[in-house]
Amino acid sequence: MKYRHAKKFALLAAIILAAVASYFSSAINSYYLQVLIFIGINVILAVSLNLINGYTGQFSLGHAGFMAIGAYVAAWLSTEHGAGLLKAFGGTNPFAIGALFILVLLGGGLAAAVAGLIVGVPSLRLKGDYLAIVTLGFGEIIRVVIQNTDAVGGPRGYSGIAGYTTLFWTWAIAALTIYLVVSLIDSTYGRGFLTVRDDEIAAEACGINTTRYKVIAFVVGAFFAGVAGGLYAHSTTYINPSGFDFQKSIEIVIMVILGGMGSTAGVAAAAVLLTVLLEYLRFVSGYEWLPELVRRIAQNRMIIYSLVLIALMLLRPQGLFGALPRRRSTRISKPAVDPLA
Amino acid sequence: MKTFLRAVLPIALCTFALSLTSRAQDIVVGEFASLTGSEATFGVNSSNGVELAREQIDSAGGLLNGRKIKIVLEDDQSKPGQPSAAVKKLIASDKSIAILGEIASSRSLEAAPICQAAKIPMITPGSTNPKVTTIGDYIFRVCFNDKFQGQADARFALENLKVKKVAILADVKSDYSQGLQRYFKEYFTSHGGVVAEERSYSGGGTDRDFRAQLTSLKSAQPDAIFIPGYYTEVGLIAKQARSLGIKVPLFGGDGWDSPKLAAIGGSALNGCYFTTHFSTQDPNPKVQDFVKNYQAKYKVMPDGMAPLGYDAMMILGDAIKTAGSTDADKIRDALTKVKNFEGVTGSITIDADRNASKSAVVLEVQNGAYKFATRIAP
Repeated sequence: MKYRHAKKFALLAAIILAAVASYFSSAINSYYLQVLIFIGINVILAVSLNLINGYTGQFSLGHAGFMAIGAYVAAWLSTEHGAGLLKAFGGTNPFAIGALFILVLLGGGLAAAVAGLIVGVPSLRLKGDYLAIVTLGFGEIIRVVIQNTDAVGGPRGYSGIAGYTTLFWTWAIAALTIYLVVSLIDSTYGRGFLTVRDDEIAAEACGINTTRYKVIAFVVGAFFAGVAGGLYAHSTTYINPSGFDFQKSIEIVIMVILGGMGSTAGVAAAAVLLTVLLEYLRFVSGYEWLPELVRRIAQNRMIIYSLVLIALMLLRPQGLFGALPRRRSTRISKPAVDPLA
Repeated sequence: MKTFLRAVLPIALCTFALSLTSRAQDIVVGEFASLTGSEATFGVNSSNGVELAREQIDSAGGLLNGRKIKIVLEDDQSKPGQPSAAVKKLIASDKSIAILGEIASSRSLEAAPICQAAKIPMITPGSTNPKVTTIGDYIFRVCFNDKFQGQADARFALENLKVKKVAILADVKSDYSQGLQRYFKEYFTSHGGVVAEERSYSGGGTDRDFRAQLTSLKSAQPDAIFIPGYYTEVGLIAKQARSLGIKVPLFGGDGWDSPKLAAIGGSALNGCYFTTHFSTQDPNPKVQDFVKNYQAKYKVMPDGMAPLGYDAMMILGDAIKTAGSTDADKIRDALTKVKNFEGVTGSITIDADRNASKSAVVLEVQNGAYKFATRIAP
């Protein structure tokens, strides 16, 4: 019971923190603000992919595809129908914009979830490498379809999207994502996900409908990827199909693996770390106290970034937080789990 | 609140310290380019051009009474999503007075709204998509756009090749190719030409066999074939066209401009033409000086992107001089008044839509080399 309350308090505290930080956002350098928003978006992407790859053990490489659907649907909704909806909500006051933004993000998330369902039902009967290839192919199909859809700009990209994304929305939604994923894992569904991951045959033998749990994880993960896509589209105000290629999926997978598969805190920390690292490396070549050679190498920041990834994987193959003791032991001693927890 | 301050304060102090270490007199110009990733050659070469221009401006005494230029260069990995962070850093953290960048139109389109909102002038060296400069009145380009290039191709066909009947083979997947096709057709048909047949293919490595389209183009008996595509496909198309007995000249746009074109197409491309921004063989002394200096500094021949980067920096330098200050609005106003600026890529005039009105160069392919054929004035 105490733990349940703690989770809710943490969520509330995070949302309040997001609101406070957002209140001061005009005082923050717009570059840092952009990085802070990217951190939030990457946390949502990584935590939601972790639900599929980490907790349920299904290796998906199509997360960028779901993000693309969310980004394009949300952008299309707010660009094509935003003005009409704003009028219906009563003008351009912050509350109407907030309501519109929630609506378009939900639209993007739901579209991605439907796509997750469509691709998940047939393909989740596959395992391991086969599933990875199918999801990879699916992500590419989405990208090519968008590239050939002239209504959203095709290969030109979609420009002129309203810049609704603020620090508050990003961080509040990131906190909500973490809260919901953690709650889901602690629920009976979570037991189902973990059983499917640990031993699928044993799970089947116990009467667990493994396909159903896999599809649920997939659809929920896709939903949050779609919401993240919507936030991203309304943050950069311009999206291009080539930004959602399989490289983007790999980036998210790296966050999950680096954070430790199946550790929400670790994955969120990895998302923060990698986003900050990539941006921080921009400054290294500008430090005049560094030797010339180091600065020259630092100019190509991707080299350092890759070296850090290799070093982290060698030093902590289990992921950043992967080795922390599980809470599970305390749980088993108290079998009367509140199903709503 | 306290934790928030604790997090923000060190960052603020660091930036403050950093801003002190950079020489206060320098004029900071931000540049973002694809130094890594799939289009790395574009970014590396254009930023080399920018660097060469900076060196020459500085060694000629700098700007505004001897102030030097400091270029802050950011890599965008050829990836969407990166330019927005890079440009925000250049504007907010580095306090750039102007932004130079990108070659790829999609990445310029991502950065342009940010520069426009911050009211910082942005000059793109090589984004030819007409949409880029329509983002706002702070966005400029020093290259010609696809509309002019399509018209230049049509004029070259009518005036130099002296053909009236042309067939077109365009890439259905590329916005660039579709644009050139549209503008070419508009000009060509309204000036007495006839487009006998139009066919399309899927670029980007999808289509490898073009014989079906070429056979149907051949039956229309055109005097020349316009192929507004990229070099990978054009080389293959030329080979297959010759093997089908199509002997008429093929011609296209700056998508052909790569050493790989001749490597793929070989002798099939003899007597074919393409429009582009610049030729190393242009006898103009300005061009020859640039080629000499570039080779001395980088030990390679410049491609089409290097002189565009060079001209972008030179025009910005000129505008700062005219404005007499580093005030963004004054520089923007000075940029709108650039007229007959003698650049390496031709005489550049910035028109009312902030596009460069300038000449295009036509090159002829001969045995794997590109020979300067003519110049098409705006």
